[in-house]
Amino acid sequence: MNWRWDLFFEAIPIVSKGLYMLIGLTFSCFAFALIFGFVWTLLKRIPIKPINWIVTWTMEFIRSTPPLIQLFFIFYALPTLPYIGETLTFSPFICGTIGLGLHFSTYISEVYRSGIESVDNGQWEAAKALNFSTAQKWTKVILPQALPPTIPMLGNYFIILFKEVPLAATIGVVEILHLANTFGSQHFRYLESLTIVALLFLIISYPSAILIRKLEEKMNRRFDKKEVIQESKGAVMNG
Amino acid sequence: MRGITVTINVLVLSAILAYIFAFIAGFCRLSNNFFIRKITAFYVEIFRGTSLIVQLFWFYYAIPMLFNINIGSGLMAGVLAISLNYGAYMSEIVRGSILSVAEGQSEAATALNMSRFQRMRLVILPQAIRMMLPEFGNYLIQVVKATSLVSLIGMTDILYHGNILRSSNLSMAPTVYLLLLVFYFILALPLIFLSRKMEDISKKGVASE
Repeated sequence: MNWRWDLFFEAIPIVSKGLYMLIGLTFSCFAFALIFGFVWTLLKRIPIKPINWIVTWTMEFIRSTPPLIQLFFIFYALPTLPYIGETLTFSPFICGTIGLGLHFSTYISEVYRSGIESVDNGQWEAAKALNFSTAQKWTKVILPQALPPTIPMLGNYFIILFKEVPLAATIGVVEILHLANTFGSQHFRYLESLTIVALLFLIISYPSAILIRKLEEKMNRRFDKKEVIQESKGAVMNG
Repeated sequence: MRGITVTINVLVLSAILAYIFAFIAGFCRLSNNFFIRKITAFYVEIFRGTSLIVQLFWFYYAIPMLFNINIGSGLMAGVLAISLNYGAYMSEIVRGSILSVAEGQSEAATALNMSRFQRMRLVILPQAIRMMLPEFGNYLIQVVKATSLVSLIGMTDILYHGNILRSSNLSMAPTVYLLLLVFYFILALPLIFLSRKMEDISKKGVASE
């Protein structure tokens, strides 16, 4: 055991500076993924077979290839493309947002889809019977029911995303892992600074995981209750 | 494209180890012993709470320094980090599926005078494993994606060679990375089909509530 507390305490303020960047990048990635997830879901609902097929496999491709290589592709490869390379040159932060955001948007779109599919068929029929337009049907009937149950799932993905964000250190986003590595190479000791990074992650993600679990229980109870009420009403009506 | 063997080595080793860890940890979480349960819970929460890439760096740089041991090459550190991480995730699935096998099944087994071990081996596990399969398939795809990270700790895997190729000729970057993506996709493709098939299998013949 050769642990040095002096280096540990020296590294804390330096490494935690990257925390803002880490959280900022997580939020921007998540916002990107939320919006793009909608786009995927919409594209997938186009009832033309070839398009549907292409969209499905594109999503599968993005989902099953490593986000690290996707980041490298966006950061290193896109700017060297002929003709359009100039416009596709981004800063590391934007690259991270697009790369990780795109990767996670495919997961998020599945969440949306499951939410939409969980809406009872009768609701669609009822909206149709009331002569709602398509836009009305979606905004007034389907989405208000489809989205709230997905919130805990989205929260889970948020935490997973948070844990993937250090990947952005590899393309030069200055967040905690990057700072820890720099600190380590300055002192030739990676032990303390990397431990701080691990601790910071634990401190943030563990309570948020508990929070999400609580939220999930609350949601489940709420929706169960609703169903019970509906069922009891149905029973009364039938009786 | 050298380095394929390294990638596949890491993949196979860490997948096998991850399953072993998952089962050990999953059973330990269900143990009657308070301490075993708590210690495994601690392990699972630590590895689920921190990021895989941080663990990878920690295993590679910090552990040898902390205990003054040489963990060997990057292979050891990479495989250990990946398998411990996904072992922790999958142990939750093991635990969840064992718990979700209906109570009546284990009561019936008790009524047939089976021992605790027989009960688990003959009645609970065959049903629980079916439930685990689709999730295991999904995590296997995650492991495939995670193997790309080992290039960051200096292993000469396929991404490492790709990076060298790119730095020797900058205009080749799009081809190189596209090839890498396609390679990983081809690696994951059979797993995607496999996990879909497993989903079908898992729907049959399980007594769950």
